[in-house]
Amino acid sequence: MSDTPRAAYLPEGLPSPVPENDGLSAPYWAGLQQNRLLVQRCPHCTTWQFGPEWLCHHCHSFDVEWTEVEPRGRIFSWERIWSPSHDALRGRGPYLAVLVELPHAGHVRMVGNLLGDPLQTITIGTDVEGVFEHHHDAVPRYSLLHWQAAG
Amino acid sequence: MTARATGERTLRGRVAVIGIGETNYYRHGASPDPEFKLALKAILAACNDAGLDPREIDGFSSYSDDRSDAARLAAALGIRRLSTTTMQWGGGGGGCCAAVANAAASIVAGLADCVVVFRSLAQGQYGRFGQAGGIGTISGERAYLMPYGVLAPPQRFAMRVRRYMHEHGVRQEAMQAIALASYHHAQSNPRAVMFGKPLDPEKYNASRWIAEPFHLFDCCMENDGAAAIILVPEERAGDFRNKPAYVLGAATGAGYRSGAMPHNSPQYASASFETLAPALYRMAGISPADVDVVQSYENFTGGVVMALAEHGFFKPEEANDFLVLDNLIAPSGRLPLNTSGGNLAECYMHGFELVIEAVRQIRGQSVNQVKRNDVAMVIGGPMVTPASNLLLGSGATL
Ligand SMILES: [Zn+2]
Repeated sequence: MSDTPRAAYLPEGLPSPVPENDGLSAPYWAGLQQNRLLVQRCPHCTTWQFGPEWLCHHCHSFDVEWTEVEPRGRIFSWERIWSPSHDALRGRGPYLAVLVELPHAGHVRMVGNLLGDPLQTITIGTDVEGVFEHHHDAVPRYSLLHWQAAG
Repeated sequence: MTARATGERTLRGRVAVIGIGETNYYRHGASPDPEFKLALKAILAACNDAGLDPREIDGFSSYSDDRSDAARLAAALGIRRLSTTTMQWGGGGGGCCAAVANAAASIVAGLADCVVVFRSLAQGQYGRFGQAGGIGTISGERAYLMPYGVLAPPQRFAMRVRRYMHEHGVRQEAMQAIALASYHHAQSNPRAVMFGKPLDPEKYNASRWIAEPFHLFDCCMENDGAAAIILVPEERAGDFRNKPAYVLGAATGAGYRSGAMPHNSPQYASASFETLAPALYRMAGISPADVDVVQSYENFTGGVVMALAEHGFFKPEEANDFLVLDNLIAPSGRLPLNTSGGNLAECYMHGFELVIEAVRQIRGQSVNQVKRNDVAMVIGGPMVTPASNLLLGSGATL
């Protein structure tokens, strides 16, 4: 895991993530801004859950807790995106999105970008570690979680 | 295959499609008519096809938040009595068969007698379906995707297909065959937007990547137009101009936590039919071997591969062998597929053009008519939740 200042992986101008009006995902987005990855876990039945919901999908307890987990996992799937579908991405060239599963957190999955050469060969199952990308100057400010091959 | 006893909870043989209608199909933004006018034209065309007074319609059913409001349609058409108005939840084409099922269920349950099922789209008027722009902040499912450049539908579905290819050894050529079949059939279909624009493997391979593993030709078009069908109870099926196509079965929904977002459905490498395909065959009382022709919604070719496997036409590990062009074309391939050109090459009417083509096959009126045409399947919206499917049959199947 690293947190050194670096250029953002994608150009500015894409939509900024914010919690829903009801605040369901607010702890997740706040956690990223503090270099912490938070995932819901049910203290009653130990079920992990991501994205968040108001109750545990297994035992229906409403006491699901946000639990900090190490931002590491393995590539479950990937895509190399060539066609821009947003004005901010025109001329950006190909970029990589990966779906990463977290075996130590109930195999929940999350989408991020894979840092490095956009033309790199990608193997499903490769171990990756998280890299927080902070957009402190954005209004509202937010942070993202990217991935890179585990060193 | 026998008719079921009254009282059994089924759609089988209880409802018939007696009219089909559509507007001209246009490239997106190219319709000279606004969306609501397109809907009216398709509905009147379906009435004309049936030989039905439009004032006899007493219900409307659609999906994907269709903007042509049922109450306005009823007023515009001078309908005397409005009985059922159903909108299937979910976006895209997952509801193209469910909308038929909901209308059929209304009829079987005695809520309505003559229901129109339709879809209308004018993207010049309302903006393109797959484009994301002009949004400052985003929350909910898309907040986990859009800031990473996962915005448009191809980008939202490519990783599912990649995972499926990884798990089952499916090659690019299997997806290519699906694109080739749609384009092959469109070359005989003057209604098709891609009529006169054939596709071959070289052109497919040379086409640009949209999002790997999707080439340009793996992705549906975007179009303007409208399409409609008319359903009546089985006992009235013989009162109209054309041969009826009976609903044999339908199913809608998805399996366990299929909607867990973002990308957290347990059966991720799936088109969402693991519960729907058995339900469909059970209601219809048939098996995959009884299906003569299939119209399978191509948002992306990879979704068709998965959907056909989940409906039992081959095992995922057999996809490379089964999915070759010769097997997929009318009149006598092993499984003629998307015989009007489908979403890829006829028109992306969010799959409703597929429902109409299934009716044409049962009637024997397709421009790519299959030899055996008693049972036609439609599969709607692979990879979305809820998805849906439909089986239509000739009178001989009842
Ligand atoms: Zn629990």
